Amino acid sequence: MNPLSLPWLELAVVVPLAGAAVVGRMRNPYRAGRWCLAVTGTALGSAVLAWLGFYLGYEPAVRRSPLSLDELSAPLVPAVALLHFLTVLATARTKAARVSFGWLLAGESARLATFGVTDPWLLIGLLTAATIPPYAELLQRGKPTRVYVLHMALFVALLAGGWALVEAGSAVGGSALLLAAVLVRSGVVPAHLWVADLFEHASFATALLYVTPIAGAYAAVRLVLPIAPEWVLHSIGVASLATAVYAAGMAVVQREARRFFAYLFLGHASLVLVGLELVTPISLTGALCLWFSVMLSLGGLGLTLRALEARFGRLSLDDFHGLYDHSPGLAVGFLLTGLASVGFPGTLGFVSAELLVDGAVEANLLVGVLLILAAAVNGIAVVRAYVRLFTGTRHASAVSLAITTRERVAVLTLAAVILVGGLVPQPGVATRHRAAEAVLKDREVQRTTMPGDGITALSGGRQPPEFARHSGG
Amino acid sequence: MPDTDLLIPILVLTVVTAPVALLAVLGITSLLDRPLPEAATTRLCQAATLIGLVAALAILGLMLASGDRYVPVVLGDWVSVPHFHYSVKFVFDRLSVPFVVLTFVLCGTVGAFAGRYLHRERGFNRFFVLYAMFLAGMVTTALAGTIETLFAGWELVGLSSALLVGYFHERPAPVRNGLWVWAIYRVSDAALLLAAVVLHHMTGEGDFDRMLGSGPWPDGHAALTVGQAYIVGGLLLVAVAGKSALVPFSGWLPRAMEGPTPSSAVFYGALSVHLGVYLLLRVSPILDAASGLSAVVVVLGLVTAVYAYLAGRVQADIKSALSFASLTQVGIIVAEIGLGFRYVALVHLLGHACLRTLQFLRAPTLLHDYHLLENALGDHLPRPAGFWGRLLPASARAWVYRLALERGYLDAMLNTYVAGPFVKLFGWFDALERRGTDALAGRSSRESDEVKPHAEQPLEELTV
Repeated sequence: MNPLSLPWLELAVVVPLAGAAVVGRMRNPYRAGRWCLAVTGTALGSAVLAWLGFYLGYEPAVRRSPLSLDELSAPLVPAVALLHFLTVLATARTKAARVSFGWLLAGESARLATFGVTDPWLLIGLLTAATIPPYAELLQRGKPTRVYVLHMALFVALLAGGWALVEAGSAVGGSALLLAAVLVRSGVVPAHLWVADLFEHASFATALLYVTPIAGAYAAVRLVLPIAPEWVLHSIGVASLATAVYAAGMAVVQREARRFFAYLFLGHASLVLVGLELVTPISLTGALCLWFSVMLSLGGLGLTLRALEARFGRLSLDDFHGLYDHSPGLAVGFLLTGLASVGFPGTLGFVSAELLVDGAVEANLLVGVLLILAAAVNGIAVVRAYVRLFTGTRHASAVSLAITTRERVAVLTLAAVILVGGLVPQPGVATRHRAAEAVLKDREVQRTTMPGDGITALSGGRQPPEFARHSGG
Repeated sequence: MPDTDLLIPILVLTVVTAPVALLAVLGITSLLDRPLPEAATTRLCQAATLIGLVAALAILGLMLASGDRYVPVVLGDWVSVPHFHYSVKFVFDRLSVPFVVLTFVLCGTVGAFAGRYLHRERGFNRFFVLYAMFLAGMVTTALAGTIETLFAGWELVGLSSALLVGYFHERPAPVRNGLWVWAIYRVSDAALLLAAVVLHHMTGEGDFDRMLGSGPWPDGHAALTVGQAYIVGGLLLVAVAGKSALVPFSGWLPRAMEGPTPSSAVFYGALSVHLGVYLLLRVSPILDAASGLSAVVVVLGLVTAVYAYLAGRVQADIKSALSFASLTQVGIIVAEIGLGFRYVALVHLLGHACLRTLQFLRAPTLLHDYHLLENALGDHLPRPAGFWGRLLPASARAWVYRLALERGYLDAMLNTYVAGPFVKLFGWFDALERRGTDALAGRSSRESDEVKPHAEQPLEELTV
């Protein structure tokens, strides 16, 4: 048996879960941190091997597992694992006591499993489970939980209720509820307050890892896109487009670094949803590329901000901090990841933005104009934050604030992925295009089998969408 | 006799790769926190510009020898999926060759100058990384055969320019000005990107020869309807105005003088400020297809020239005065393009860029010379009143003087009518969100309110 046929995906999910049980009981935070790093490293290795096995066409040995990769999820799973690994790696030793490594691993397991399943109820269960670690942390830290709980409860109720309705034969009602669930989870205006609130109260790592994989988009692709009537998609598109522009504007006027990040993320998550809604091959390819790009670039930007916070605490954007001379590595990392997120040439985001805008203009010129406007304003927000944090004065400090080796490894790893992916985009774009075609094909199949223009559909517990599973490269 | 079919692609690759390789070497070593020594950096810059220049001149020689005035080189598809392809194509013609040669000559000169001028400056390495990015962007833009490729280079030029304005980043004024420049450039970039995708959408292609006709520059005919030409041309004109500091975006040019003299010279005085003009020349067949647009271009150019002349007359520092003098000429060049004098505009551009670089580089020592002269005379140098000064009544002179001193109130207007309302509107949304979140939370929800404007001193080493 080829080693790539081993159940690597299952391992990537189980190892963090088992690790959570072990690490959660450790009293020594440094020891817990070391174990956590080993566990996330193992999960990353397993996820990469699972991804390789998928693209090289190896059938997994465990055939009855609910976990599997397809064109859509294959690169997302290792990206999520990488984000967790780098987050743990870049955790400052002095801050280890404040990080809940056990919950972090539990969250990782839930997120990796989320991106590895297609069964609707299982997916709903995992999306629900993933809401628990941030809540537990908020409780543990004695922070307010109401805003988060209200939104997530609404999300879970809408998601479960929506799919129950779909299975009961009411595709329209079900789609509407599922649509609302996706909008809440993705932080689309006006259901976006929880995102900034989570960044206000949770640890940066928890908030970052919860939002940056954009699980709401995954729910949209798996549950909504295959069955939703046009008006549902149109509604997602309009709401997301408004959010993209709104969040970009809000990012510019924020007076604190975490809130700036929260709005930057909201804007980008909305752009991904806009691309998904347009359901043309190019816009969908652009959205899927942007999804991957945003996950890594905003993940990197978040890690850079977190590294700064480890040194100075929460950072105001009201005045200049002048941190460049102490940490030029972090400054470059901030600028690189920030600009990658807004689609700067030579980075991962560039082709994504081109594809998305091209697809949008093809569908509707106004959508294209607003997308470009949002991207332009996001670019201003990123450079404004850079200027406020790293320049404008010279920060005097008696202790070394230079980037640590672990942080440098994290920044360089992300920089390498962002630049290599940006300079040689064809392989990545090709896989995203195949995933987009699979999504469209699936939607076509589901829609044509629906009676009466999709008014009633999927009665009797229709099988979940099956995308080109293990079809190989 | 070498095989030109094989030689030209190699030379093209050399022209494009030399600055990109320079950027890669300087960028990667900086990322790894292992910057090269000053001498090695300077030599590398000289080598890259020299190699690029020689290759560009070789292509020019081959074109002159063969009589070919249009050499497109397609390096292949960078991205290709059904319904979308992004091809990398470079074009050598009567427009791009002079401009790329000019770029290498001026960047080479300024690189050599900066190696000495910035000796032992804290930001020496940062300057040259941005310099390499600028050079790569300029060469890519100059040779771009598709509007998407042009856009990539255009963005590189924009970012490096804005960061160089904020080169002395330990002071607030330069970085504020850098951010202002970046904001204007983003507007310009957005207009160009929109023009690119609209063009792609209308013609199905981003190639210049498909949309501007296959004839060698400037003889192409736009393959667009009149309506399309107005839409695309209008967007391109916004992009041009932003990049070349035409009215109403002119306020960024004097702000850009906060950067070190070498970057002021080559970027804002000579190359960057002409990049918009270059784009206008490149897409000039679109102007032919829309005569109304040509008229707008002429008016815009003349208004900019008059504005810059007036503002330049009252500047108290030499770099600002030179920047407005530069803008006056840019305005005139734009008007020439609008009037259809494409070759005149090109020659004007080339000559002006060289002259202005020389003036900028000479500026610091010129001040010294003036001081010597005035010391020798024991008084200020005489300043006779100009023609308009004698002609206009005192009240009109005062009004014009005030207008010029405030730089036409352009920045103030952008602040009052664009930035101010924007910040106010989103500030209002922010307050609304605060009330909403507080209501949901049942308490004050923003911990960030307690964050102090200045970071506190860290109490511990992170590497403990």
